[in-house]
Amino acid sequence: MVENRPLANFITHLVLVLGVIAIALPIWITFVAATHDEIRMAQAPLPLWPGNQLWINLKQTLFGTGLSGTETAPVWLMLFNSLSMALMISLGKIAISLLSAFAIVYFKFPFRMTCFWMIFITLMLPVEVRILPTFEVVANLGMLNSYWGLSIPLIASATATFMFRQVFLTVPDEMLESARIDGAGPMRFFWDILLPLSRTNIAALFVILFIFGWNQYLWPLLITTDTSMTTIVMSIKQMLEAAEQSPQWNIIMTTALLAMIPPIFVVISMQKLFVQGLTETDK
Amino acid sequence: MADIKLTDLTKSYGPTEVLHHIEGDINDGEFIVIVGPSGCGKSTLLRMVAGLETVSSGEIQIGGKRVNELEPSARDIAMVFQNYALYPHMSVRENMAYGLKIRKLSKAEINRRVEEAADILEIREYLDRKPRQLSGGQRQRVAMGRAIVRDPQVFLFDEPLSNLDAKLRVQMRLEIRKLQQRLGVTSIYVTHDQVEAMTLGDRLMVLNGGYVEQFGTPIELYDRPASVFVAGFIGSPAMNFVPATSDNGVATLPNDAQVSTSLGGHSGSVLIGLRPEHLIPDDAGAISIDVEMVEQLGANTLLHGTLSGTDHAMVASVAGHVTADGDSQHRFRIAPDLVHLFDLQTEKRLAI
Repeated sequence: MVENRPLANFITHLVLVLGVIAIALPIWITFVAATHDEIRMAQAPLPLWPGNQLWINLKQTLFGTGLSGTETAPVWLMLFNSLSMALMISLGKIAISLLSAFAIVYFKFPFRMTCFWMIFITLMLPVEVRILPTFEVVANLGMLNSYWGLSIPLIASATATFMFRQVFLTVPDEMLESARIDGAGPMRFFWDILLPLSRTNIAALFVILFIFGWNQYLWPLLITTDTSMTTIVMSIKQMLEAAEQSPQWNIIMTTALLAMIPPIFVVISMQKLFVQGLTETDK
Repeated sequence: MADIKLTDLTKSYGPTEVLHHIEGDINDGEFIVIVGPSGCGKSTLLRMVAGLETVSSGEIQIGGKRVNELEPSARDIAMVFQNYALYPHMSVRENMAYGLKIRKLSKAEINRRVEEAADILEIREYLDRKPRQLSGGQRQRVAMGRAIVRDPQVFLFDEPLSNLDAKLRVQMRLEIRKLQQRLGVTSIYVTHDQVEAMTLGDRLMVLNGGYVEQFGTPIELYDRPASVFVAGFIGSPAMNFVPATSDNGVATLPNDAQVSTSLGGHSGSVLIGLRPEHLIPDDAGAISIDVEMVEQLGANTLLHGTLSGTDHAMVASVAGHVTADGDSQHRFRIAPDLVHLFDLQTEKRLAI
């Protein structure tokens, strides 16, 4: 497949460069906006090169009370809220899906397949579809304005259960038999053999679920009224329409920049495992 | 160390019975090979002894104790799987130690046993490697090491050599045999390879369609096969079968050639069995073969053809080099006590 055709090379590189620009330019503009003060940002044309206000903007955004004229939580608290929610959702999803997939694959109990299909059918019921009844349940349980209310309704996951089921099905039966001869009970087998074998898949799923949790918008908007429970994704939208004055782009863009950092950190730090988890088939 | 007793053992999946009334006594320290074509139930039988399959009826005793209801780990057995089933995320040392760790042996004792087994199998230098860094033969050794460290009463082998290349298979076959003799542990070994079976086993259990065809030493099976199936399965190239009529020690072949047998006092239709290596070239011999193809194997030569005047396929194995072109007739004789006779209907051996 190694060919040397200058025209083809040029076109493929052109496509790649355009793709990079399409993705990177908005991020660059966000970054530049976060380095100028409010007055510069209100003038046209938009600056394309960084200014010297990044540190001041960061300080004001993270620890100030947000936009002038509104009473919002400091952004560090929002980051913490978002992080808690994303972690609870992703770890909760992984724990529950691992256990339910383990039950479905390795135990014979009545209505096993019925259980599997019931879990599977919930794929058709994402939170947006069941938002009113779910809200009712969460409200009745007194979980509004709490981390539990933010995360629990999003934890059940058919996709992850299904994925772990497929992963477990590729583990050879002899592995279980060998463990049985070695005297390992079911939970011991789960901890000592199955979990380490699914390590890369767990990591891959964690990346996807963390970003899914981090980006939740509708659900947190619905169940949090207390400003101290606001998540960062919600707040960006709120900042745009906050107050009657013109938007403070320097603060908004700094917030947006801060909101990007945790998902990027997760993706980069788990990249190797992520790729292995999606491509590795050898068990 | 223990003897194993199988009494009236059957296995059914729903209404289908796959193993029928298996009986067998295995002595302490004996090496038993269960052999048969694929689908004959040999692996199922082994897995029943291991406790990985339930027993439908009958009884398995290990060391005089009924084990039907015991978990595999409580039966004091160790098993070597065809694909080795090593835990891929553990090092060789951890793989071997895992069962001992669960049995809560002391660290020092675990180390002592693992290193002893590693010395026996000469895998000490791989102890800290992962299974995927090992070759097939080395993995095979680790799988055996895992069995040895448990110091079990019984070794169970489920076609452990079939994933290896031919040369390594021969070498490992010898090593398994030496190891078993050295440790003196009762062993059951499943294979479909009759050469492996003949060379490894003190005794062979030949299974066919879920029935025990014959249970005896390799030489008994070769010299006095109990049925047409065993006769055809043991020995290579396979025995020639020709229908004949037997009359008081003389069998008449379809082409009217007469062969003397050692079966007196019997008359009727029979199936006659002649091993290719027992046919001795003799220009005055009774058996004549129209040779169609010659295979030179170096030490001996195989002559393929048909019994003259009929279309019954025949093979003769002749020592040394024989130059014969296709389409020539060769005559052979055979000693009367090497002629096997089987009942035409039941395919069982007629007593001699």
